[in-house]
Amino acid sequence: MNTSDLLQDYTRYTRRRILFILLVLLGIVFVGMYAMVVGAAGISPGDIIRVFTGRGDPVSEQIILNIRLPRVLAALLAGLALSASGAVMQSLLRNPLASPFTLGISGAAAFGASFAIVFFGSAGIAFMPWLNEQYIVMFSAFAWSMVSTGFILAIARYRGATPEVMILAGIAIGSLFGAGVSALQYVATDVELAAIVFWMFGDLGRAAWNDVLILSVILFPLLIYFSLKAWSYKALQSGDEFARSLGVNAFRVRLTGMLAASLATAVVVSFYGIIAFVGLVVPHIVRRFIGGDDSFLIPASALFGAVFLLLSDTVARTLFSPVILPVGILTSFIGAPLFLFLLLKGMGRGYWS
Amino acid sequence: MKIELRNIEFAYDKNPVLRNITGVIDPGEFVALVGPNGSGKSTLIKCINGILRIQKGEVLLDGKNLKSYGTNRLSQKMAYVPQTEQKAVPMNVFDAVLIGRKPYIRWKPTKQDLEITAGILEKLNLAPVAMKDVTKLSGGQQQRVFIARALAQQPEVLLLDEPTANLDLKHQVDVLKLLGSLTRQGITVIMAMHDINLAAMYSKKVMMMKEGRLFASGGNEIFTADNVEKLYDVNVETIHKNGTVYIVPDRTQSI
Ligand SMILES: Nc1ncnc2c1ncn2[C@@H]1O[C@H](COP(=O)(O)OP(=O)(O)OP(=O)(O)O)[C@@H](O)[C@H]1O
Ligand SMILES: [Mg+2]
Repeated sequence: MNTSDLLQDYTRYTRRRILFILLVLLGIVFVGMYAMVVGAAGISPGDIIRVFTGRGDPVSEQIILNIRLPRVLAALLAGLALSASGAVMQSLLRNPLASPFTLGISGAAAFGASFAIVFFGSAGIAFMPWLNEQYIVMFSAFAWSMVSTGFILAIARYRGATPEVMILAGIAIGSLFGAGVSALQYVATDVELAAIVFWMFGDLGRAAWNDVLILSVILFPLLIYFSLKAWSYKALQSGDEFARSLGVNAFRVRLTGMLAASLATAVVVSFYGIIAFVGLVVPHIVRRFIGGDDSFLIPASALFGAVFLLLSDTVARTLFSPVILPVGILTSFIGAPLFLFLLLKGMGRGYWS
Repeated sequence: MKIELRNIEFAYDKNPVLRNITGVIDPGEFVALVGPNGSGKSTLIKCINGILRIQKGEVLLDGKNLKSYGTNRLSQKMAYVPQTEQKAVPMNVFDAVLIGRKPYIRWKPTKQDLEITAGILEKLNLAPVAMKDVTKLSGGQQQRVFIARALAQQPEVLLLDEPTANLDLKHQVDVLKLLGSLTRQGITVIMAMHDINLAAMYSKKVMMMKEGRLFASGGNEIFTADNVEKLYDVNVETIHKNGTVYIVPDRTQSI
């Protein structure tokens, strides 16, 4: 074997990975179209074309533009954010178990939401009638997520930003907030309790144009940032000291990377609640197809996660139609067996083998 | 690249490990760093490339203080192969070696980066496994991947911490020969090693470390029975053959 054969092999390997990404993109288009037409309200492809060319009737216009489309986009963006964060965190922490919730964000966000529901619910509105309760809950969930992230990063600053420190601190903070949620649930009224429980199921039915816009504004710069940093993340995977010899400051890269991934996750969770397993499972599925190189893994996971969550949400909407399941319940149901399946199949590509 | 060590002191949390190390390493020199476990070889290597910050003294590279080099520029000049790798993560061998090009890559690797990588894979006998996953290789093959990655950095100084520890005899010799040929191209090689005979055979300069101090340094002639006995607290005997001295433990004497 000589150099040109080797280069040819490698080029072919790279093409295969790009092809995978293109196929996923194609999948997004098809699943997206399917998700637009399927559902309780009968919408045909013709209706969609008419609406987009400005000749639609008001009812289908309302359904397509203000219900279906934002929901489809929200599913894509949320799946993208969770899966990219999962891939980044697994890489930064060198741990296949890492997920967007490793730093305890799900617990912190749930606490924030419960806190707002219990303390600023109907009573709070009386004092601040100009504020919409829904926004207070979102804001509180986001703020507490960032408080927990900030706290863990502060511990990491003090104690060394090693994967072990961050994972253990995340577990501790997560369970602390979990206890806080239980305490709030205990003092909550029946109505508040129901609101807390409903908030905790990740549900894309809450999607609206506002949050889709906010999500895209926050996510796209983060995704570009992750892609630019992919080479630093790869250097980190072989150890912090080795990374240093490649000119990568492990401490800074890990801290900023975790912050960015947590930010992306926190935004999604505050808008739509907790959508479990997507961020954990998707990078593993993608790794089976294209291997563990972050330059490809991160963008491919982002796109695969988008189509994965959109498909899940579409199934959740239609499976027991007209009853609509929150997608968070569905991803938990299929996520766990899927993860076990991957585990039994050897997780592929060397993790835990 | 010329390396000057001036009165280097280093301590891990107040526990002094390097004491007053001074020495000069010229460009293209092949230095073997030998000494008992815990004598500070790995620590010294990490101080030379700035992974660890020395508390006293200075490291000069071509007359300039190590601290004045930016991290990326430093990584184009100096490469490091650690003693113990993090457990290898799932990644194709070619990609793993390509990471060594990181100091030169902005956004995506150029054709030149790929060609350099392919050439090095070939030189290190890794071409047959280039498309395999790193985690599926043997320990010795993995070690060669790490050496290949350091070579991909095209450094002027190569620091290796026991690079031959996992290799079979043929690959030990191959790697040492390769390192020797690099020094002839002007690359400085500094290598920690436990096999003093192989070290004596291939390196041109020896630094013996004991309890954090430079016990002795000089040409290969300092590999005397006396020095080695003092260095390791082991009785040895020397075998002279074809003008080379081999040092082996003396089985007839108890310690
Ligand atoms: N991360 C660390 N924290 C604290 N002490 C350390 C650390 N690493 C090494 N040491 C101590 O520094 C001393 C020198 O260690 P070093 O790894 O440099 O030895 P070495 O010569 O490379 O040994 P070996 O031949 O076993 O690789 C030892 O006493 C060791 O206990
Ligand atoms: Mg050592």
